[in-house]
Amino acid sequence: MLNYIWSGIVILSVGCAIVFGKAESLSAAMVDSAAEAVELLLTLLGILCLWSGIMRIAGDSGLTRLLSRLFAPVLHPLFPRLDRESEAFGAISMNITANLLGLGNTATPFGLKAMEELHRADPSCDVATDEMVVFVVMNTASLQLLPTMLGSLRQSYGSREPFEILVPVWISSACALTVALVTAVGLNRLTGKEGRRLGWRSSCLLSRR
Amino acid sequence: MAIVMPLIAALIVLFGLIRGVPVFDSFMLGVRDGARTLKMIAPTILGLVFAVTLLKTSGAVDVICSAVKPVADALGFPSEIVPMALLRPVSGSGSSALLIQVYKDCGADSFAGRVASVIAGSSETTFYATAMYFGCVRVKRIRHTLVAALAADFTAMAVSVIAVRLYFGYNL
Repeated sequence: MLNYIWSGIVILSVGCAIVFGKAESLSAAMVDSAAEAVELLLTLLGILCLWSGIMRIAGDSGLTRLLSRLFAPVLHPLFPRLDRESEAFGAISMNITANLLGLGNTATPFGLKAMEELHRADPSCDVATDEMVVFVVMNTASLQLLPTMLGSLRQSYGSREPFEILVPVWISSACALTVALVTAVGLNRLTGKEGRRLGWRSSCLLSRR
Repeated sequence: MAIVMPLIAALIVLFGLIRGVPVFDSFMLGVRDGARTLKMIAPTILGLVFAVTLLKTSGAVDVICSAVKPVADALGFPSEIVPMALLRPVSGSGSSALLIQVYKDCGADSFAGRVASVIAGSSETTFYATAMYFGCVRVKRIRHTLVAALAADFTAMAVSVIAVRLYFGYNL
């Protein structure tokens, strides 16, 4: 699906640029985009390494396990097949803590770690498991309680009460998250049965052999 | 609020010290993991930045917007924020720039400004997150992830307008 979206964006953009006569600025932008991507990667490298280091300390000291126990009542129903003491469960808990605190950049390293742990169960498989779907969908919905970045942005552009939007943000986030989880879990159940019949699970088992 | 992030780092280190963990050794092991993870997500990020830059500079966003605007008007969705809402699932920095544009054009405390703020606060960069998380473990068949994620984004947009109208007492 990502293949189609990505190629769709590229082809549509180039088509539009030709129609509007923006071919020149587009070719300049292509070169710039590569530099921009490298810059982004360098920023990410710093954040990723720093927080992976901190996370390792949290893991070795047992802090992650404490957090997993705290979140287990909420998270266990969403990830019923995951062991509460597993590394994956810990990483998911850390990711959610960072998201709730509005530390988006910090949540990413925890989330990537969680994906690696979830993938470890069947490393050769290129099909998303139920747990991966639920986890990624949860991360594409917003979980933050205090949108600090948004508040400071509003303030610097002349809002008299930058945080007046807090309650509508919570309402909207809660609705979006509910829809996300209900859709993901519902479709998991549906395609789980369907999938077994169509054989995508067994195709993974075969490729492992 | 700027203190939260450093404070958490300090608390984790302190907790490690109390539990007798060789904290610096642990830290360095973790950093090595982080560098490996970056290598896994680098191709995804390069590809996405490339596509989004093309989308922004080619004027394709304007084309899509002019197609969507009549529908948005009919649904009572402020047409000033259509570009920002459309770019939101693809690019965080791109939609932030458009959010600022809405603040400048309409004011942060206007109806459009408030709705744009709520959308920005209650949704995430869906494609970016999906591609990055699945890219890092080389999972290709993502099943219905995007369907569920986009349903959430759409809900966030629809509910934002309704919530702002109700909360600030605009006419429905």
